[in-house]
Amino acid sequence: MKKIVLLLAGVLYLGAASFAQDDKYTAAMAGKVVAVDTSKRADDLIALSASFERIADAEKTKWLPYYYAALTQVNAALMMSMEKPDAAKTDPIADRAEALLSKAEALSKDNSEIYLVKKMIATTRMMADPMTRYMQYGPKAEEALQTAMKLNPENPRVYMLQGQDKFYTPEQFGGSKEEAKKLFELSNKKFETFKPASAIDPNWGRSTLKFFMSQYPA
Amino acid sequence: MRYFFILLLHFIGITVLKGQNILSGQVKDNKGGAIAGASISIKDSYDGATSDSTGKFKFTTTDKGRKFLIITAIGYKGFEREINLDSTLSPLTFSLKEEFDEMKAVVITAGSFEASDRKRATVLTTLDIVTTASANADVIGAIKTLPGAQQVGETEGLFVRGGTASETKTFIDGTLVNNFFYSSVPNVAQRGRFSPMIFKGTVFSAGGYSALYGQALSSALILESIDLPDRSSGNLSISPIGGAIGIQKLAKDKNSSWGANYGYTNVGLAFKVLNTKQDFFRTPQFHTGDANFRVKTSKSGMLKYYGSFSQNTVGIRDPSIDTVGFKEVFDLENFSMYHNVSWKESLGARWKINTGASFATNKDNIAGDLQTATNEKGVVPHFEYKNFGLKTFGKYVNAKVVIDRRLRGLSALRFGVEYNYSNDKADYTLYDGTRFPNHITEHLKSAFAEGDIYLTNNVAAKIGTRVEHSSILNKANIAPRVSLAYKLGKVSQASLAYGIFYQTPERRYLPSAADLTYAKATHYIAQYQQVTSLTTLRGEVFYKKYENLLKTGLSNNLESAINNNGAGYAQGFELFWRDKKTVKSLDYWISYSYLDTKRDFLNYPYQIEPSFAAKHTANLVVKKFVSSLKTQFNANYQYATGRPYYNIRYDNAGNKFNIYDKGRTIDYNSLSFSVNYLPSVFAKNAKQFTVFVFSITNVLGQNQVYGYNYSYNGARKEAIVPSTKTFIYLGVFISFGVDRSQDVINSNL
Repeated sequence: MKKIVLLLAGVLYLGAASFAQDDKYTAAMAGKVVAVDTSKRADDLIALSASFERIADAEKTKWLPYYYAALTQVNAALMMSMEKPDAAKTDPIADRAEALLSKAEALSKDNSEIYLVKKMIATTRMMADPMTRYMQYGPKAEEALQTAMKLNPENPRVYMLQGQDKFYTPEQFGGSKEEAKKLFELSNKKFETFKPASAIDPNWGRSTLKFFMSQYPA
Repeated sequence: MRYFFILLLHFIGITVLKGQNILSGQVKDNKGGAIAGASISIKDSYDGATSDSTGKFKFTTTDKGRKFLIITAIGYKGFEREINLDSTLSPLTFSLKEEFDEMKAVVITAGSFEASDRKRATVLTTLDIVTTASANADVIGAIKTLPGAQQVGETEGLFVRGGTASETKTFIDGTLVNNFFYSSVPNVAQRGRFSPMIFKGTVFSAGGYSALYGQALSSALILESIDLPDRSSGNLSISPIGGAIGIQKLAKDKNSSWGANYGYTNVGLAFKVLNTKQDFFRTPQFHTGDANFRVKTSKSGMLKYYGSFSQNTVGIRDPSIDTVGFKEVFDLENFSMYHNVSWKESLGARWKINTGASFATNKDNIAGDLQTATNEKGVVPHFEYKNFGLKTFGKYVNAKVVIDRRLRGLSALRFGVEYNYSNDKADYTLYDGTRFPNHITEHLKSAFAEGDIYLTNNVAAKIGTRVEHSSILNKANIAPRVSLAYKLGKVSQASLAYGIFYQTPERRYLPSAADLTYAKATHYIAQYQQVTSLTTLRGEVFYKKYENLLKTGLSNNLESAINNNGAGYAQGFELFWRDKKTVKSLDYWISYSYLDTKRDFLNYPYQIEPSFAAKHTANLVVKKFVSSLKTQFNANYQYATGRPYYNIRYDNAGNKFNIYDKGRTIDYNSLSFSVNYLPSVFAKNAKQFTVFVFSITNVLGQNQVYGYNYSYNGARKEAIVPSTKTFIYLGVFISFGVDRSQDVINSNL
């Protein structure tokens, strides 16, 4: 009996320890994942990226922290570009995002979410100097978006990003608020049925979509 | 029960022992300035922080024992330090060393202008070359808007800082191009043979260039061809003076591509409408074709081939200045071929090889004649030499190998060899059938070594030497080159350059019985520049000393080399300002050059201001994209003060050349304008990309005089003016994406 108790205790203890380890990862990630959608300042996003990177480097085998580290970098660069395009400032961030994303990709191939970040990186580079970079990065962004769609046609963020492109491109250059609206609606529909693989898997974008949907009179 | 107790104790124990430790401190650079945004983390742990705007950080950790603390920041070398978390830690201070970073480091720029599509802020991009109003999509036309270049319109080529066109050499993918321009036609400048669209990068060096290049006393124009295209495409262009068709095919695996283009130009219609000064009895027409393939030979290796041919004819009839009532005829047929293969590859982590070879041929068939008023052939006593035939055929081989060895940081060592072979045959036939054939072959062998030495991100030096041996001269030379660059602030830097440059005599003054040597130029350049991503400001001061310039004499009405006793100098300063910031979607640049130069060379009797040099030259280039019209408007004003002209004739009695008359031309003014209309720009679902181009050079029809021609006895002179006062071009360029990815999106809606 003693032995059984001891054994049971031992198993319990080990289980708890490993559970604790996984739990620690999920717990550490969960709080930060929420912040991805709520951080509104570039500095905060860069700091958030660094904290994801710390988790990534400690874990070594998980693609999500690298993915989030890249996503937050590129979000920071996009935010800076919106304010005032400056290639000298945003290019190094885009480089950094690319390096982090390639680590994520090494751990998770053919991932729709990773291709979306690739798209965002190309868009960031283009936005720094659209006149001269359009020809180079326009097709790159488009290609990454297409791949993301092919890999997971149910990914609502694909249509949201596509909608944003349509929304911001002037009409004479092929943009269209109407087409954008259709894409936002499609994205919204996909969000309704979208179930992230876990609590910490990519599930961002709802608030951004809400913002764009609110731009149209009911 | 006891065991449970122990177990419980154990859990509690863990929590208790996991007492928190606070880590705090500051991250600084090696000058003591705060580094914001640095990441501080404990190795293999989640714990860490990011430094704030004052470089300070603070975080708590539950980790214990000896751990490594890792500090990283963009632009700085990473740093690790072992700490003991079992003891209480006092605030830590870290000092990070700046990383050698290509984006941030000082660049050696004295004398050179770079135009490329690379990430680093460059002065001009390929698109700029195509959209410069006065350039007419000619590389040289765009370069002429930069400081240092002269507005010479009577001869093709780049005249840089008091140098002749032959003192500028052009290189494609590292190897020399022998016939960059279409063959010369008297008093009419010719275009370059190569389309600007095949180049992704252009470096225009107005002096002090690298030891990798040689045989140019003044300037080097270094062109780099494009790599794999982004996608497959077809293209078509149509204009009233010709058309072109081409294809670029990118392989599915994106590791190779091939392409071919063909174009035909016949300026007949334009000349009819615009009323040319000369009578073009054979309207200029051109057949051009090119083919290319590019193969990624490995992750870092690239093999490129580019080959082209061109065939053109032109015939001009002009009233003779020497024999009144007669006309002088110049008839030219040219066929030329150019093949270039280049290969680059990384050999291990630090070694790189860049090699290239080119083979070219050029054949000219020129006939000169005197004709009567009714266009009948006529031979006039004493002017028999005006009836002649000239056939030339040249074969050229150029090969180069450059080995690159990366050293610490951004420092690098480059060395290699170059071989230039030329085989020029010319057959000059006089009116009576007397022939003067000549044949000149040259083997020029060169070796060079150059080091880029980065002392810090802020101080760099480039030190190189080039050694050459020419078989014609049977002499060798050693040319040292040094440049320094010092970064003064975030966006400003100062550079200095010094170098010796040699050049062999121009073919057209050979053969010569004299014992000739290399012409020599010594450059001294100082530069200051301020570059941000949207503005560029630079100023440059230079002094150039010429020695051993070629002198010529006259025999059989042919000018040929007699010695190297010529000399001269050029000095001046230049300013360049480009601004894309001040006015939204307006981009403009201003360049100004001041040039003071004198030289004694060829048939000049003593040191005089050369006829191809203007004292003041200025350019204003403006580009404005109006998105609502999908149209880009480009305008450009070019100004140069008048250039000197001379009537230099041989004085048989004194047995020397004399100046019999001289003067200065009127100032040069030209306003050019072009419009590019892009109906499908940015259109996501466009199946083709179309550009309409409309351009006018010299809109105001201002009088332009490039110089004067004198009659044989100096009694009459005649202004050299452009063939047409203004030139108008209208065309449409369409490229079709063979790629259909866009359709997918639309079908999804």
